[in-house]
Amino acid sequence: MDAVAATRPDPAGAEPDPAGIVRFDRTERLVHWTTAVLVLVLLATGAAMYAGPISTLVGRRELVKTVHVLAGLALPVPLLVGILMPRRGGGLRADARRINRFDAEDRRWLRPRRAARPGKFNAGQKLNASFLVAAGVVLLGTGVMMRWPGLWSVDLRTGATFVHDWFAIGVALSVTGHIVLALRDPIAFAGMRRGVVPARWARRTHPQWYEEVTGHPADRLAPNPQRETGVRR
Amino acid sequence: MGRRVVLGLVGLGAIGVVTGARVQDFLERTLGPVIAKDGTGVTALLPFGRFRIYTVTGSLPSRSPDEWSMRVGGLVDTPLRLTYDDLRAMEPTSLTRDFQCVTGWRVSDVAWRGVRLADVLDRAGVAGAARAVRFTSFDGAYTESLTLAQARRRDVIVAYEMEGSPLSRAHGGPVRLYVAPMYGYKSLKWLDGIEVTDRVVPGYWEQRGYDIDAWVGRSNGRDDEAT
Repeated sequence: MDAVAATRPDPAGAEPDPAGIVRFDRTERLVHWTTAVLVLVLLATGAAMYAGPISTLVGRRELVKTVHVLAGLALPVPLLVGILMPRRGGGLRADARRINRFDAEDRRWLRPRRAARPGKFNAGQKLNASFLVAAGVVLLGTGVMMRWPGLWSVDLRTGATFVHDWFAIGVALSVTGHIVLALRDPIAFAGMRRGVVPARWARRTHPQWYEEVTGHPADRLAPNPQRETGVRR
Repeated sequence: MGRRVVLGLVGLGAIGVVTGARVQDFLERTLGPVIAKDGTGVTALLPFGRFRIYTVTGSLPSRSPDEWSMRVGGLVDTPLRLTYDDLRAMEPTSLTRDFQCVTGWRVSDVAWRGVRLADVLDRAGVAGAARAVRFTSFDGAYTESLTLAQARRRDVIVAYEMEGSPLSRAHGGPVRLYVAPMYGYKSLKWLDGIEVTDRVVPGYWEQRGYDIDAWVGRSNGRDDEAT
């Protein structure tokens, strides 16, 4: 599927393939990008129903609402399908387990003067992922309450709208930050587009993961020292 | 850790659903005055005590008070065409009530001013066969309706002021309906036609599944007994 050869953990301790290390497999990337499209549609249609200036520009309440509701109901589908796929969902499940695990390095990462050695995901990425999963559950639940109002009391619906709004603002901020960080790190961004990252990048930003995948200590000099540009932290 | 964060936040969301109405009312009371003074308008985007502007068509309808007039017809003795000045010359009525959307958002204590719908109907004279009233909007799409008894309530008004100012375009100006005891979708914006009919004709959202009788539940803490 990928033109680029992937490197797996090598017990013999050979040098990592210069072509790069697989960061996200095909399933993970498909889940990411379908979810990304749904989230952008939800944020855009949500804004059109929430922010006065946009609402008056867009109008068409029923169409906007219908698109928002359909995208919202579809939101969990890619992730659930990906997780449940017996063979192809393996990478996704493994990453979910990584995100769920919080170790001493993660706690160190969160401290102001951090000199942590993150694994495949750093503590910020883990917390953000957890927040987004929770926000997805909350937004879906409160959204259902707003879409089918007959089943709930007025006060519960008012509460649901209130919660929906705050979590949506949180997701909007998180997604904005996510995009800004992706644009600031083109290698990480390419990792989600093509699935592969250079070993050098992995060693620098996710040293524990680099060691795990390549079997090489991350602190060792690169095999090609003149290409090191002093970005190590 | 991840699981704890997820469960904690979902729990927070659930608590928010149950207590949100009260929390929102509190924030509205305490922060509302601050927000009113915020010149940047950023705080106006915070999710409490704010109207959501809904239009069912592609653009925001526009009609100045001078251009505006309203037809009152159907089963009436004298069909009328009322201008903005005609309406202003009628006996005004004011009421301050919560504005409650069926989906849940709520704005507390909104001050409205206008004329009683009953007065408009009486001016045209309702014929004996009349049972209901149908409203049209100059957005060209939205309609609403009330039974004659509902339309005659003292808290159902043809409004031209909100919060002490002439109704803005976004809020349905120059003239809209305000049906205080019912959900917001009954309070048709950009009103330009009142037709007395022999039966209730379901309105725009009612054709799309919402209840025709849209009383706000008493759990809302409101007392909207007919006066």
